[in-house]
This record gives sequence, C-alpha cells and structure tokens, in this order.
Amino acid sequence: MSGYNFAYLDEGTKRMIRRALLKAVAVPGFQVPFGSREMPLPYGWGTGGIQVTAAVIGPDDTLKVIDQGADDTTNAVSIRRFFARVAPGLRTTESTAEATVIQTRHRIPETPLREGQVMVYQVPQPEPLFRLEPRRAETRRLHALADYGLMQVKLYEDIARHGRVASSYDHPVMVGDRYLMSPSPIPSFDNPKMHMSPALQLFGAGRERRLYAVPPYTAVRSLDFEDHPFVPLRANGRCTLCGSGESYLDEVVTDDRGGRMFVCSDTDYCGTRQARMKEAAE
Amino acid sequence: MNDEPILSARGLRLSFGAVRALDDVSIDLWPGEVLAIVGESGSGKSTLLRVLAGETRPDAGSVTYGDPQGGTRDVHGMTEAARRRLARTEWGFVHQDPRDGLRMAVSAGGNVGERLMAVGDRHYGNIREEAARWLERVEIPRSRIDDAPRLFSGGMRQRLQIARTLVTRPRLVFMDEPTGGLDVSVQARLLDLIRALVADLGIAVILVTHDIAAARLLAHRMVVMRQGRVVEEGLTDRVLDDPRHPYTQLLVSSVLAA
Repeated sequence: MSGYNFAYLDEGTKRMIRRALLKAVAVPGFQVPFGSREMPLPYGWGTGGIQVTAAVIGPDDTLKVIDQGADDTTNAVSIRRFFARVAPGLRTTESTAEATVIQTRHRIPETPLREGQVMVYQVPQPEPLFRLEPRRAETRRLHALADYGLMQVKLYEDIARHGRVASSYDHPVMVGDRYLMSPSPIPSFDNPKMHMSPALQLFGAGRERRLYAVPPYTAVRSLDFEDHPFVPLRANGRCTLCGSGESYLDEVVTDDRGGRMFVCSDTDYCGTRQARMKEAAE
Repeated sequence: MNDEPILSARGLRLSFGAVRALDDVSIDLWPGEVLAIVGESGSGKSTLLRVLAGETRPDAGSVTYGDPQGGTRDVHGMTEAARRRLARTEWGFVHQDPRDGLRMAVSAGGNVGERLMAVGDRHYGNIREEAARWLERVEIPRSRIDDAPRLFSGGMRQRLQIARTLVTRPRLVFMDEPTGGLDVSVQARLLDLIRALVADLGIAVILVTHDIAAARLLAHRMVVMRQGRVVEEGLTDRVLDDPRHPYTQLLVSSVLAA
C-alpha cells in the first residue's frame, strides 16, 4: 500500500502512543488515556492492539498475530496481512520463538516468552471495576486510593453462588501490589504466565482509549481468598492431535451425533509438537 | 468516660447562596455518647451531619476527631485517602434510605462482608461466619445470607444496613433519620435494636431525626436546631421536659400523644 507511512499511522500519532506507553510502563497496571485513532477495522476487532503494535514495530521486527491462540483465524490473518502490506521490511511468522512482537486476542502462547519479546493485548474493556461501579470518576478515585474491597465483594458473591470463583476468563489481577488490572479476556489458565514474565506486556483498548502495561519481571497476582485460592481452569483432557496434557484446550464439535474432541488452542505449539512426533516416528 | 471529645466542631458556617444552612454551630461529642440533633425540615440538621462526617466542606469552622491513640485530627484537613480509611474503619454512616447505604444487587452476606474485605480480610470462611453472626444479631435469619436486599422488607433492609455499618466495630456512627420511612411497629423494633447495639458496643452516635420520641428513647443529649443555628442543647430529659427556648417549647408541644 503506497501513500501510507510505515505501519499505517503517521509519526505524530505513533509518538503520542509511545509517550502514553512509556507512562504506562512507568506505572505498571495504571490505565493511561490516549488519543485513539480510527483504524481500518471495526471496534472490537483489535483497534487498540493494532495501534500499539503500529507504534512499537520497526522494519527489523518479526510479527506474530494470534486470535484465541490460533494463527489462522480471520482476525489474526487479516491483522498480519495488514501489517505485511503497510510495514515494508517487516517479517511475519507463526512461530512464537521467532517473533519479536506478538499481538494477541484471548491467549498467551504456550511456549514460554523470553526477554526482548513484546506482547500486545487487544482489550475490549480496560476497567476491571466496570460491572461493579458504573461511574468512571469513582473508579478512577478507587484506583487512586487502592480501594479494591469492591472487587473482592464480587469474588465473594461468586463463591457464595457457585462455590468457586466463576470468572473463567478476564480474572482480575493485582500488578506490582498496587493497581488492580484487567488481564484482557485471556483464560484464567493464562494468568500465571503474566507473573514475572521476561517479556514486555502492553495492553491497548481502542474504543475505550486506554493503554496500560506490565513491564518485564513484574509481580502479577490473581485475586483470591486465603481459603479459596486462585485455580487456573483447564479442560480435563488431552489434545487429540498432539497429545499434550498441559496446554489450554478447545473443545471442538466434530459431527451432529455428539462427537467431540479436544485440541490445543495454541496452533503453533500444537503444530510444533506434531512435527516433532512425526520426526521421532521416522 | 473519656476526658477528650471524640468529635468536636467549632464555629461551623455554610451558606447555599443566600440560605444559611449552618450559622456558627459548635458541637462536642464524647466517646460512647448518643447525641440527637433535632429540628424541622430545612433546619440544617442533615447538612450538619454531612459536614461533621467530612462529606461536605464548611465555609468556615473546623471539625476535629479524637482518634483512639489520643491524638486529634482535622476532618477537613486530612487527605481523601485518610478520610475514606477512617470512614470504613472507625466511622460508620447509616442512611435514611437503605438503598443509599447498601448494594442492592449484592447478597446480604456480601453487603456485610464488604467492609471487612475493604480493610483487608481475605478469608472467605471467616468473612461469611462474621456476616452470619451479624445478621443474627440484627434479627435477620442466617438462611437469608445469600439473598439480595431487594428481596428484603424496608425494616430488614435498614437492619442489614446497620449490620453492615457495625461489622468493623466503629467508634463513631452517623445516623441520618434511621427510622424514617418505616411503619410505627417496625420503627419501635428498630429503635430497640439500635439502643441495645449501641449500649453493647459503646459506640458514640450522632443521630439526626425529626422524631422527638426516637430521640428521647436513644439519646443521652440533644441539640435543637432552627434555621442553621443551635437554639438549645442539654440532656435529653431536661430539654424535652423543661424546654427553655420558645422554639423547643413549640416543638415539644407539637408531638401528638397517642
């Protein structure tokens, strides 16, 4: 696409986003307002993530985009193709190990992240107190005063009603023992991967115009009770394709007679394991 | 009883445009004491309560709180963080309308437990047990612990609000017409309950009411307000049986005898 600046956004906009990101990194978990732009995809499809990626990516980067763990779904394919077109020189990949920037929706890859990698999360609702306190001015005050009893009340209600904490995704976390943060709608299974991660984690909410960040090696603790500790949820089964008993699984309906199977939600992880199994068999 | 007042206000003034809501009001409250502020609608008693609780800033004057360590703190001079911490630990506020003081969509147990969790309690079993104990204490059956307050009657909601406020054992509670909007028999039970709890826990209470009978039942001391001024103050029985100011005489003689 000629006529566009590198990575679609003009340099002034990127600079504005980078400034907001620097502030976000300096205050882990704090939501920084930014001037979100119209992007050539609808709200809810990752306008926040795509702006963050555009602001941090350079021609020598390698980009991976995942949606629900998969590299080959519509959202992932279209965002990857978009950057391949507007960022000349940029390499794209499906391999977690090769990527320097990983834009994600709903998952953190199974392959452990390493130093130097940047995770970019697409966030629909940055405010963890959103369903509990409708007034934005009040939620900002609660964050300022670290007054998070309200969130604990929600967990109390879950246990009282369901016998356990009912949020299987977007389970609230405390970042650096200071700010309450929404981890974006990742499954609670992925929450522990955020804790002390060597990678830089950036979060962008386009419609809500907020950015936040978790710098490398920052404590990220999932909220819980002493007598009801946080337990990451995982389907009880093994991947039909690669046999993994540790990865996060999707349940796939295979026919209309009740046939089902579990497969890894992380396609790169599953594919790599299958290739290795084939090698070992030969 | 202590020598130092738990709450002390000096020279409070507050005007809303030309209306003087508070005109040079000074009040002292001692630990364990129940002080009633009575007066007709518009006399400034609810405004006074909000100023004393630090929610509204006065134009002039000061409010000082005597903390348990023996120090004094300027209620309007402290940071909002400090005031909020005080409001959820050593203080409590009971609203006239329980909907203002409760979370209507959260279960009774959650409502009572909120203050415990806000001060850092993170043990679900303990929080729930403490909530259940408090529900029984305010005569709500343990079995209703998971019901939301919108399923409760007006009297039960008010009792729940009291349980929620007292669960952290505050030293000072502000009550704004706690029996308003309830029918007479429910009022009587609630007054009984408040009297028993306050005596049991030794809480200092500032009670705003226009109900002289409620004031006589609960309060040790009484302040009569009119047009933003304190016109008379003294021991409850003295004020009601031997009113000196013409307005107090009018107020006392206006009470309907059943």
